[in-house]
Amino acid sequence: MVNAINQALEIKLEQDKNVIVYGEDVGVEGGVFRVTEGLQKKFGKERVFDSPLAEAGIAGSAVGMAMAGLKPIIEMQFSGFSYPAFNQIISHVSRMQNRSRGNFKMPFVMRMPYGGGINALEHHSESMEAIWGHIPGIKVVIPSTPHDAKGLMISAIESDDPVIFMEPKRIYRAIKQEVNEDHFTVPIGKAKVVSTGKDITVVAYGAMIREVQKAAALAKKEGIDVEIIDLRSIYPIDRETIASSVMKTGRILTVHEAPASFGVASEISQIAIEEAFLHLEAPPKRLTGFDTIVPLPKGEHHYAITGDKIFYEIMRTVKY
Amino acid sequence: MFKTFDPIKNKTLRVIDNEGKIIAAKWMPELTDEQILKAYKDMLFARQADLMTVNYQRQGRIYTYPPNYGQEAVSGAVAQVMRDDDWLVPAFRELGAYLAKGATLQEMFMYFMGYEDGSIFKNAKNFAPISVPIASQLVHAAGIGYEIKYKKKDQVVYTFVGDGGTSEGEFHEALNFAAVWDAPVVFIIQNNQYGISTPVSVQTKSQNLAVKAIAYGMKGIKVDGNDFFAMTKAVQEASEHAKSGKGPVLIEAVTYRKGAHTTSDDPTKYRTKEEEQEWDKTDPLNRFKKYLVEKKLWSDKEEKKILPEYKKEIDRHFVAAENYGEYPLDDVFKFLYTDKPDNLKSQQVEHERYLKWKEGK
Ligand SMILES: Cc1ncc(C[n+]2csc(CCOP(=O)(O)OP(=O)(O)O)c2C)c(N)n1
Repeated sequence: MVNAINQALEIKLEQDKNVIVYGEDVGVEGGVFRVTEGLQKKFGKERVFDSPLAEAGIAGSAVGMAMAGLKPIIEMQFSGFSYPAFNQIISHVSRMQNRSRGNFKMPFVMRMPYGGGINALEHHSESMEAIWGHIPGIKVVIPSTPHDAKGLMISAIESDDPVIFMEPKRIYRAIKQEVNEDHFTVPIGKAKVVSTGKDITVVAYGAMIREVQKAAALAKKEGIDVEIIDLRSIYPIDRETIASSVMKTGRILTVHEAPASFGVASEISQIAIEEAFLHLEAPPKRLTGFDTIVPLPKGEHHYAITGDKIFYEIMRTVKY
Repeated sequence: MFKTFDPIKNKTLRVIDNEGKIIAAKWMPELTDEQILKAYKDMLFARQADLMTVNYQRQGRIYTYPPNYGQEAVSGAVAQVMRDDDWLVPAFRELGAYLAKGATLQEMFMYFMGYEDGSIFKNAKNFAPISVPIASQLVHAAGIGYEIKYKKKDQVVYTFVGDGGTSEGEFHEALNFAAVWDAPVVFIIQNNQYGISTPVSVQTKSQNLAVKAIAYGMKGIKVDGNDFFAMTKAVQEASEHAKSGKGPVLIEAVTYRKGAHTTSDDPTKYRTKEEEQEWDKTDPLNRFKKYLVEKKLWSDKEEKKILPEYKKEIDRHFVAAENYGEYPLDDVFKFLYTDKPDNLKSQQVEHERYLKWKEGK
């Protein structure tokens, strides 16, 4: 996935002189996860550079750049350190188009690694996508494969709307997949049916897709046929794909690492109720992180959502 | 001293040179030979612990760790001046100061092994936990300073940040708040030249970092952070200044991060061997040792004798941390609230139900 995102950035830097990439340690070092590796060498310090260590400054200057006609792609080193930028996102990035009645576009992309499972220090493991999804005026994208990461990133850069691009760092290098070297896009706001099934719909995204696939394999042995939907965009949510799947299966489970309360799963469950109430054979379910801080590594296994736990929840929902 | 070293003049307070010779006796802090020797030994211990931690990490026995290697004199000086009642509000690269405050190596190891229990600091009074979000802790220091002033206590707050951290808004807000309140806070910038891969020249156009104090109407001073004596002098004066109600002080400690940013970083990507060798000449322990040997307070022989003892002691703490035991599920939920919401209780019960199912499989 690291390479795929790097390719997307490279293609757009090549195609569009207005594209600018910056953030903490993204230039010389190529980012702490090497997502921007080699880009400064290729495109120069004016287009790919290290900024001072200040997230509010990074996001706020990107607002100005976008207003003036550039296409800034900024990096937050970890999502857990994006909060100094929160004011800029909620007060300006999300509002500028509306405030100016469309006079100013906001072609703004904020990339950041998120999620657990890498035995990290505090603030390096959290999944706070719901916070961003809650803000009117921005789009929130989370890929689960290298192919989608590249196509979604190109769509994000080409969009005049602001996009928050959350990268599941745990699978940065975990999934091997041939990715088309050329320019291609994956539409923002369209979910993907990863595998079809008739007994239950499981909705997930990011690093959780792999775990859901493990669970589906276990369920298969019990004769349960799981349909897996990869959301890919947290906002806008693809209501149609969710609705038509749950109309078919009659059961739905949403899985995410983020805490339960006010999370994406609640949103999905509500969509199922609104769109497919009469088809439901069990209450829409969610399997999520606890409403707690992600524990430090020695305790993280308590918090982690495993294939085994998803399987357990699938069986409970099917047997309801 | 603050006048002589007004940061606008861009002068650096230095007491001994790289050979350990006194070059500015005027600024030599008042310390007994006993205190001086103890300070050196504490710095030596901290360095040994730091080097061993990097090794433990390589053996896969501890997770990511940010080494202090090369910056020991900064914490060493604060350790010298800080009293039991004073506050320490750290960032994450001040090992010597934590130990002086009463934190144990075992706790420090536990923290970096991934136990929140490593932040309990049973015997350390007025010690805030390690703060990972850069510069965010500085504003807390200003608030603590307010309490000290409000209650008319005889205390000082020592707080730390890196050179990179001076770019964050909260750094500036903290200086401003503390200055507006005349709060007794000593802000210490460990200018180790880099924030991960980013050199200080990318962070600021200021001629030095201490000069930032001037705009906030507070005292600032640039100090050779690898000179234990200069650092101690600066911290002593800053603490006197802060305690007497004259407001906060900003100390820029010019030092060098000899190791990697953390154990997952590779400095060869962004700096040269030559640069590292140049800074090696200023190593805080080598200089200090030369001074001590010259004064016949210390010798290689004594050092050789004491190091194995230190290693044993450090390893004892490490093994104790390794054997700390299970992390109970309850601890994930237990401390988040004083009055735990029912919602959280039922999440725990749900999870326990799953665990039972798993066991029964
Ligand atoms: C708000 C915030 N942004 C980014 C990070 C990631 N990060 C951790 S350490 C670091 C560099 C810090 O540099 P500096 O302040 O000079 O301190 P040093 O690490 O050199 O001691 C960065 C960017 C963070 N921890 N917090």
